[in-house]
Amino acid sequence: MLTLRERPRNGAARMFRGRPRGQARGGGWGVSPGDMARVKNSEQGKTGMKRMLSWGLAAMAGPFLCVNLSVTGALAETETQAIGDPEHGAEVFEYCSGCHQVGAGAENGIGPQLNGIFGRTAGTIAGFSYSKGLVREGRNGMVWDLKHLDAYLENPKALVSDTRMSFDGLETQEERNDVMAYLRQFSDNPQNIPEAQPTVRKQEVELPPEILALVGDPEYGEYLASECTTCHQIDGNYDGIPSIIAWPSDDFVVAMHAYKRKIRPHPVMQMMAGRLTDEEIAALAAYFGALE
Amino acid sequence: MKLNRRAFIGTGAAAAAALSAPHARSASHGGKPKVIVIGGGAGGATAARYLMKDGKGEIDVTLIEPSRMYYTCFFSNLYIGGVRDFETLGHDYGGLAKAGVNVVHDMAVGIDRDTKQVTIASGAKLPYDKLVLAPGIDFVEGAVPGWSVAAQNKMPHAYKGGSQTQLLKAQLEAMPEGGTFAMIAPPNPYRCPPGPYERVSMVANLLSNINPTAKIIIADPKDKFSKQALFQEGWGRHYDGMIDWIGPEFGGGNVSVDPDAMTVTIDGEVTEVDACNVIPAMKAGHICEIAGVTEGNWAPVDGAGMVSKADPDVHVLGDSSAQGDMPKSGFSANSQAKVAAMAIRGELLGSKVFPAKFSNTCWSLIAPDDGVKVGASYAATPEKIAKTDGFISQTGEDAALRKATYEESVGWYEGITSDMFGSS
Repeated sequence: MLTLRERPRNGAARMFRGRPRGQARGGGWGVSPGDMARVKNSEQGKTGMKRMLSWGLAAMAGPFLCVNLSVTGALAETETQAIGDPEHGAEVFEYCSGCHQVGAGAENGIGPQLNGIFGRTAGTIAGFSYSKGLVREGRNGMVWDLKHLDAYLENPKALVSDTRMSFDGLETQEERNDVMAYLRQFSDNPQNIPEAQPTVRKQEVELPPEILALVGDPEYGEYLASECTTCHQIDGNYDGIPSIIAWPSDDFVVAMHAYKRKIRPHPVMQMMAGRLTDEEIAALAAYFGALE
Repeated sequence: MKLNRRAFIGTGAAAAAALSAPHARSASHGGKPKVIVIGGGAGGATAARYLMKDGKGEIDVTLIEPSRMYYTCFFSNLYIGGVRDFETLGHDYGGLAKAGVNVVHDMAVGIDRDTKQVTIASGAKLPYDKLVLAPGIDFVEGAVPGWSVAAQNKMPHAYKGGSQTQLLKAQLEAMPEGGTFAMIAPPNPYRCPPGPYERVSMVANLLSNINPTAKIIIADPKDKFSKQALFQEGWGRHYDGMIDWIGPEFGGGNVSVDPDAMTVTIDGEVTEVDACNVIPAMKAGHICEIAGVTEGNWAPVDGAGMVSKADPDVHVLGDSSAQGDMPKSGFSANSQAKVAAMAIRGELLGSKVFPAKFSNTCWSLIAPDDGVKVGASYAATPEKIAKTDGFISQTGEDAALRKATYEESVGWYEGITSDMFGSS
């Protein structure tokens, strides 16, 4: 029946039998909550993670060793090692550190700071704008213990359906145990938080203070935002493309300039940010920052 | 520093509209100005939602859409390929109704631009101040000799979402072992440039799983197509030997079909097929012709506000419009709808009108977890909507990046559908 078999096969009809060729090219989200969501599956992400670790771990490893020599440190070590390997957990935490700080001086950012997370009722750090889901769970009495943290780290949306945490979850029990062991060090005894450097991320782009000081016009931001909401959901829901609402203005502005300068690799975002002026980025930061 | 908005719009192309006094406060009907949107897809639903949302109750918005449930054409290939459930493609209009849009499930059958009225199939006449046409596509009659919409159950087009998509999949699943599937690909311009080739990829994925000795033939009148190198590489990698693409050089543009005999004739050679997907040449949705705003197959618009070149009170969105460089896609229609909604609101209420910005990204799935994308940004010039920047996935990308691209497309689907329909 296939008379087509008799037609010449040296031309176009044959062209699709080729083998893969060419070279890999960058295209992940860059360092953002979205990246972190993707990092676990991405070779490129791993490269990014190693790069971050090169300065991140140097700052953190030393203080841990010191603390472990102290009495409280020894206790902490026993407890955390019962959960997992905190040193590996520190590496895993690099997935999280785009949004979360932990350690001395840690502050709220895109996500809340995580000192004292163990034993804390969900959604209760004053001054942080939580998703409705986390506030609801906190009101229902959910406390961050091993069981709940483990479930949340495995699949955030399965535990808190409308969380804004743009993270697909850690697949392996080992990774989750290790990162919990790491976080536990900052929770065992909150007044004795190890004197580690806070995990604040070095700014990806050096921005002149006047750019960070720009006060955006939220009304203009609302118009510009209509271009973003084709992909980023306005209610902060995360289904594979990161939530961008309620971010601190500086985080938003830095992220957008990092795309604009093509430091972050994601091609769609490079294109989108590439044609925004400083004022327009500030306007978007003002609009999205005020959303709940 | 506060952004100086006045200085900003003073430089914009749409400044005149922004600064003029509202002039259309429904002089003819009294009450709030009325906007009728025809078509509830990516263009129409988005326009209705943004007019309602940003009009803050000052605009009376009516959406005319015959279907109670909208099944997206985008992502329908993923259902055919077996990587997505059909139910996930369906969206109702509850969210728009809840937001205040008057959703009329009826067919627009007549438009009188002199009296500014739309007639619907039930016979009612609805007055408007501004009309938005977003009917998507229809097919050019006689484009593929032997095929007409009367034959669409034997040889589905599956190029409007819904039952046609289901029918095509059922026919693919019923193919005999080692059978042949043919696609008749459309000439430019048409809805979703990579769509036919994503479809072939998904058909190949389905057949690889249930009928691995089956064959796929594509008869194509075009000598090149969207993301060609990416599809070419992917077909070789995932479906080696299964797909034969017959371009115009080999008669792919000289095709007729016989739906009763289930044969396809390519350049004089008759081939029996077991399933056949005919995607004919396309034109603007028929209501655009009824409205008298088409030239040739499409409705020309001025990109600054997606305003019909035939009538300043008619806007045409998405696939039906001839606007310039943007591809006909759901993403484009959604992008254009926001620009049109802003322009309409500016004229009706005197609200600020910012310069139009457009963008588009098309994701395609070659195999499960092997996603690619192409995208661009656009600006309105006096001549047309012109491309300003763009990107495309590269051949040879690693599996992790392709998987991330696919996952991103899933996120986009959730994003754009909630941007279109709101939350119900």
